[in-house]
Amino acid sequence: MIGLFKVKEKQREQAQNANRGGASVKKQSAGELRLHKDISELNLPSSCSISFPNGKDDLMNFEVSIKPDDGYYHNGTFVFTFQVSPVYPHEAPKVKCKTKVYHPNIDLEGNVCLNILREDWKPVLNINTVIYGLFHLFTEPNSEDPLNHDAAAVLRDNPKLFETNVRRAMTGGYVGQTFFPRCI
Amino acid sequence: MADLDVPQSNAFQVSMPDHVVPESKTRDLDKLLLRPGNLVGPDFYPGPDLRDDIRDYVRILVVGAGGLGCELLKDLALSGFSKLDVIDMDRIEVTNLNRQFLFRLEDVGKPKAEVAAKRVMERVSGVEIVPHFSRIEDKEIEFYNDFNIIALGLDSIEARRYINTIACSFLEYEEDDTPRRETIKPMVDGGTEGFKGHARVIMPGVTPCFDCTIWLFPPQVKFPLCTLAETPRNAAHCIEYAHLIKWPEVQKGRSFDPDEPEHMKWVYDEASKRAELFGIPGVTYSLTQGVVKNIIPAIASTNAIISAACALETLKIVSGCSKTLTNYLAYNGGEGLHTEVTDFERNTDCLVCGPGILIELDTSITLQKFINMLEEYPKLLLSKASVRHGKHSLYMQAPPVLEEMDRPNLSKPLYDLMGRVQKDTLNVFGTMLKNDEKQATSTKVRVVFKGADGVADMDTAIGA
Repeated sequence: MIGLFKVKEKQREQAQNANRGGASVKKQSAGELRLHKDISELNLPSSCSISFPNGKDDLMNFEVSIKPDDGYYHNGTFVFTFQVSPVYPHEAPKVKCKTKVYHPNIDLEGNVCLNILREDWKPVLNINTVIYGLFHLFTEPNSEDPLNHDAAAVLRDNPKLFETNVRRAMTGGYVGQTFFPRCI
Repeated sequence: MADLDVPQSNAFQVSMPDHVVPESKTRDLDKLLLRPGNLVGPDFYPGPDLRDDIRDYVRILVVGAGGLGCELLKDLALSGFSKLDVIDMDRIEVTNLNRQFLFRLEDVGKPKAEVAAKRVMERVSGVEIVPHFSRIEDKEIEFYNDFNIIALGLDSIEARRYINTIACSFLEYEEDDTPRRETIKPMVDGGTEGFKGHARVIMPGVTPCFDCTIWLFPPQVKFPLCTLAETPRNAAHCIEYAHLIKWPEVQKGRSFDPDEPEHMKWVYDEASKRAELFGIPGVTYSLTQGVVKNIIPAIASTNAIISAACALETLKIVSGCSKTLTNYLAYNGGEGLHTEVTDFERNTDCLVCGPGILIELDTSITLQKFINMLEEYPKLLLSKASVRHGKHSLYMQAPPVLEEMDRPNLSKPLYDLMGRVQKDTLNVFGTMLKNDEKQATSTKVRVVFKGADGVADMDTAIGA
């Protein structure tokens, strides 16, 4: 290819080629493209909504708010932040719960224990499946993979008490030593 | 005895007859470039002009001045290239010194790119290396276009993908979807991990690009959070617990910096406490570093081997002195010595390097009309299309909050929305009818505007 390179170098030394068209636009990463596709295909139930705090040009950071219509957590509103990396879908999106919640699978720092966010993530999954997974956490909390083992123990041994605790936490109050702000 | 003008390193040659020409610096290179052969590439014209042109005209960018980068700079400088640039955002650390041989103990703390450039220039006369102490993302895209070949000595998928996207963005296609030769930006990519390594040649539009073969990478090891929180079973679990759960809990607000020894020590202490609590052996400071930073110990020999392969491919691409590697070399020196070359195929639908579909438009066409057009366009038949231009989304069909924000764009001319350029690329997403089945799909569209200002662009074969 030396012939080509020689010509190119001579051209470069002479003058800059103005207005080649298109070269000025900052290129998007392949991760952003795939994310754009996922978002344009979102099929959310009415209990979930999505918002873009950084405007529509930053699709990599957004928030999803979930309002379960059933189960222990019905009528509460829970907000999750999504942070998508440039190597998406090779890496799962980073999801944290912004709302403080009394839940066996969500700890007080907002970390969420959901298999598809960590060890079971596959590039064929998408934002829709993640949101459905989160929704499922509220309709069917499980005491087997606990991040909050107190809550898990109560759910397992005394479901009536668990229901009371969840209500108290959602309406704003103390469960044990922890205060939960109102989210209903 | 002849009085020869030879450098001191040839001192073992005690006597030489008068008529023998003194050893030239390019003795070995001359064997490849000055004479014809049977295994040469298709465009090979041997002779001293070839060797001198390589020295005078070819510019190579070496990305990374670490294990591979140092070796690459040395190899390329000694292979007859004299215009090199090197870019690296890091500073030298003590742990680099076992293999990044251009650095010495007194260099610890200085920028890698600058020290590497200086050292190679001291040892190889005539070579000019320009160091860039910066992140690859901080350089303008046109910076990368100044180089003839980009040689990568990187350590992450993210960085490779970034450079790949940039190199492939220079690629242009003819009307018949064949790549335009002068817009091909070849990349030579090397990677090492302990005793294993790879070297590959990427010619955008010809060989698979990095994204075409992204499926080669296995998923990363991620432990379930609940295992970390409740039922750790090994040392790595304890370390990740301290790193991912305990740190944000206790060090509110402070972000964890793996290069800060204080932070690393804190994680190590917490991990040890947890390991003791659960009776798990094996937590050491070096394991902590390994797990947190994802470190795999590096050895000099693997770097040297892979870099040699990369430098040789660079020389072959430039000179044509031999057929180039097609297109992926895997090396494993763990038990013996094993290499294997695989000829991977391109993904013609690749969003990064593929040709996409070519569409010619009038400058007056609105975004709404364009979207309607996509439904009827023969190769596309794309319904409910969402359109994206570079980093800007022009129109999204869903979710409702975004659709509303983009709706005003529908009545504007596409030409204006794209910045009034004569041609550019769009990405469109929607549903396509394939074999009577509706499938969600994402395609690249090359848009060319007829009747744009200052047209009659001799550059393109596409007539108005």
